[in-house]
Amino acid sequence: MTSYTDKIREISKRLLKEGKVDMVIGFTKGSVPMMNQPMFAKNQGDVDNLVWDSNCGINLANYVTGRTEKIGIVAKGCDSRNLAVHIVENKIKREQLYIIGVPCKGMIDRHKLAAIVPGEIESIEENEDGKTITVSGNGFSQDFDRNSILQENCALCMHRNPVIYDELIAEEVPEQTREDIDLYAAVSKIENMAPEEKWAYFEELFSDCIRCYACRNACPLCYCPTCFVDESKPQWLGKSIDPADIRMFHFLRAYHCAGRCTDCGACVRSCPVGINVRTLTKKLEKDCLEFFGWEAGMTTEERPPLDTYRPDDPEQFIK
Amino acid sequence: MKVIKIDKSELDAGLEKLEKSFRLIGPVKEKNYYAFKELKPGQKPDLGFSNSRLSAKSIVYPQSEVMFEYSLDRNDEKYAILEEPARSYQPRAIIGIRPCDADAYEIVRRNFDTPEYKDSYWLKNYEATTLVGLACKNPGATCFCTSAHSGPFSEKNLDVMLVENNDHYLGRLLTEKGEKLAETAGWTTTAAADDTFENLKQEAESKIKSKVSTDNLASQSLIALHEAESAIWETEAVSCINCGTCTHACPTCWCFDVQDETYGKSGVRMRNWDSCMYPLFTVHASGHNPRGTKIGRVRQRFMHKLKYYVDKYEKGIQCTGCGRCVRLCPVNIDIRRICNKMNSFDPETSSCEVAS
Repeated sequence: MTSYTDKIREISKRLLKEGKVDMVIGFTKGSVPMMNQPMFAKNQGDVDNLVWDSNCGINLANYVTGRTEKIGIVAKGCDSRNLAVHIVENKIKREQLYIIGVPCKGMIDRHKLAAIVPGEIESIEENEDGKTITVSGNGFSQDFDRNSILQENCALCMHRNPVIYDELIAEEVPEQTREDIDLYAAVSKIENMAPEEKWAYFEELFSDCIRCYACRNACPLCYCPTCFVDESKPQWLGKSIDPADIRMFHFLRAYHCAGRCTDCGACVRSCPVGINVRTLTKKLEKDCLEFFGWEAGMTTEERPPLDTYRPDDPEQFIK
Repeated sequence: MKVIKIDKSELDAGLEKLEKSFRLIGPVKEKNYYAFKELKPGQKPDLGFSNSRLSAKSIVYPQSEVMFEYSLDRNDEKYAILEEPARSYQPRAIIGIRPCDADAYEIVRRNFDTPEYKDSYWLKNYEATTLVGLACKNPGATCFCTSAHSGPFSEKNLDVMLVENNDHYLGRLLTEKGEKLAETAGWTTTAAADDTFENLKQEAESKIKSKVSTDNLASQSLIALHEAESAIWETEAVSCINCGTCTHACPTCWCFDVQDETYGKSGVRMRNWDSCMYPLFTVHASGHNPRGTKIGRVRQRFMHKLKYYVDKYEKGIQCTGCGRCVRLCPVNIDIRRICNKMNSFDPETSSCEVAS
């Protein structure tokens, strides 16, 4: 990953020097393992703090919403798709962006890794072979096959290479196809449950939620000036940790993301209690693909299906 | 102070006796994380934990708490009267609370128990609770309690301090409440008077590698810190996504929002944890938001913990160094770095000395 970091710094320095951008949005090394911090590099000195490794899972498209500067942005596959969604939804102009595309090899699942090692993780080293990772802490040091500890959305990703970009920092990585992965195994499992089983499953899924809204706020799609959960006139939703209100928040938020969610996994990554929020959005992704042949963020030319009206719509109810 | 010795084999029998007089609360592993939960009959606390995912704050100060019930039915004799719901304040004991979380109650108490105002909900919950602490022999990498007026063996606020020592626990009975609990549990064997506690304490404290500097915070100019936008707030606010992870995980954040929830002709007035990270926190009825920007909200959280609180109470920072916000912040906003920046900020040069 050192070469990725070097290349990102090299391009960023050039862009800032040439005045092509006012800043470059990227990642800097976090103060704790697996938690890299998004940063705005505005001068040559800042650029030396930019890094790339397997802990850059936050979606940087979240940081360009409504900005007016010329922005260089480091974008892996999913980030680039969310930039495309942003462009379609008029949250940023294409010409404001210089997209530094990162062919992505997937991000480490911080929740999963923390759960399988015997103590607190104090350091993570990515070995030169690019295939293994050494995780150490007080009294332990273990090697892991990188692919075995990827975030679930990364393991199922079919667009690791940026979809739109101005420059790629490395050669494209091989893409997975539907033949390599069972994309909707988890969704089918839930679809096949009896209603009571489904109820119990979702009851359990959100039982730890503390309504901190980290999932919503880490999501590049959640840019509403006032989220429905924060509306007070009228107030749609109670503010307590009543399970009905918690589920209503998650279900409605997921629907707002239908046809727009790129399965970047920022919601799951951000959740302090490790809830797999993607359980909902993955189902909606599947429906959009099956009903409309649609994958979010693959084009800047077309609006998402649930955001579109056509006079020739085959459904009668909408005419 | 009496120090007792509890053989590990005696611990469970003692807890079973305690169950008859106390509702017991302790750390239990749920899914991948530890949480403080009320123990079911016969269930034992899992004292092999490092610390709970979220703090023990909610035991005394629940995230959602009903303050009053009311009726809107004109035919009801209690029509339009706010009435506190009947609630049990039976004695209860937290077994295994870490010193950082117990210390935090003292900080939170400064808000809920003042000469002018006493928050009966918090106080009744607190008074009903006996705190049995568990000394931290293996503090985490992000723990900085020793520089936040706490420590892995800090006994502030505790009624009993348990220290694991090979095949037994040393039990330091710090208050009358603690003595009563030990008596109820049948833990009566006096421990030998020696230096074990001090030695273990020093060993644990020496394992804390993470520290913050707070010595200049009180003398710093409040206005200068507030205005240190380019030196501190702009760079720190960049990555913040304004979620409430830090405030919800924090043992010392105490802000709440009051809401009425009406169901047909009856309802409740409740309070729910709120977060200064949310724009809604400060929105006025007029629609105006005096703290309408992210940078303002980030500054508020850290100024409150590390400056306003320091100045108002003169008891140090509003933080016990538990490290949860550092571990859980999805975008790595680190209170240790911000504290060091604030402490070293020089208004003359508008710069901070911070080792990154």
